[in-house]
Amino acid sequence: MRWTLAIAAAAFAAASYANDIGQIKTVSGTVHVEREGKQLAATPGMNVRQSDRLVTGADGAVGVTFLDNSLLSAGPSTELAIDRYSFDTTTHAGHFDASLQKGTLAVVSGKIVKQTPGAMRVRTPASVMGVRGTEFVVRVGDAAK
Amino acid sequence: METVLVGAVLALILALNPPPPPPRAAPEPVKVQPEPVKAPPKRANAVPELVVVLPSADGHVGTVVVERDGEQVVLNQAYASSRIAGTSGPKVVKLPEPEVRQVFADTLTALPERPLNFLLYFVRGTDVLADDSKGELGRMLEEVSRRNAPDVLVVGHTDTVGAPGRNDKLSLLRAQRVKTDLVRKGIAASRVQASGRGEREPIVQTADGVDEPRNRRVEISVR
Repeated sequence: MRWTLAIAAAAFAAASYANDIGQIKTVSGTVHVEREGKQLAATPGMNVRQSDRLVTGADGAVGVTFLDNSLLSAGPSTELAIDRYSFDTTTHAGHFDASLQKGTLAVVSGKIVKQTPGAMRVRTPASVMGVRGTEFVVRVGDAAK
Repeated sequence: METVLVGAVLALILALNPPPPPPRAAPEPVKVQPEPVKAPPKRANAVPELVVVLPSADGHVGTVVVERDGEQVVLNQAYASSRIAGTSGPKVVKLPEPEVRQVFADTLTALPERPLNFLLYFVRGTDVLADDSKGELGRMLEEVSRRNAPDVLVVGHTDTVGAPGRNDKLSLLRAQRVKTDLVRKGIAASRVQASGRGEREPIVQTADGVDEPRNRRVEISVR
């Protein structure tokens, strides 16, 4: 019984992990992907999944291209969480929620926002940004790095 | 009545400015203590935040709506920014471009390259590339080789000649033909996703059974 549960849980986990939603394209300095409580060193070509957190060191920066051609990058000393991502490659319907706890973020919105303006949201500790198709940058914290 | 007022005022003064400890026989050295009472009343999150909208490469400027504590600020002009700091709410200010580029230099440098799309056309009923698409195939392969950690989406299509089931297969064959070229060029097969959409998504809408060269194509997104 216990084994059955464990196997079922593992199968469920494997199924939910299978969804890669983007790829890391640029890495400089120290960058980690936090996934399921583990810290993975980020490398170009590495896949990104929903609920991943991107964490950069004081010398770090990272850029990710998502399935819908949304582009995101995080600058030094940044914590960025990919809270929710869905994209239908046929209809281009989807949702993109990310949150910037600290540091800097640059965004180039993709097909999700083109299809549904406002379907991308970026949260910071004090604000929520609704994205209706654009490029923008966000900083949380002081100017000093 | 007067006493109550004086008392209230006194209490207010005391609350804002706590009195020194009562004098004792021997004066104690003054202790410096943190005085949270003196700090200005802050909101739950007083970390400064800055949002700036940038023009895209083609000059188009989109819109970001910043919402904080129920207040909305619309940013829809190049370098329009909303800054919040301390107790002040979001304000819209247009920032000088060099300042924005400098503050976000590391972040903007890390942005991945924009995805680039290519269209290749095919000979009727085959997975043979049309002659005038050979140059474009070369340019596409060059672009992939040039990029850092590229991944490529390849989607095949057909015109409406033939049965839909056969066209599903043909569109996939066309996509796979392009994938083979990419793999020969040294791109890992796992980084190329090839699929076929049959005759479902024509560029040019036609009746069934129409020979339309513009619909016999493979769409490639290099990312």
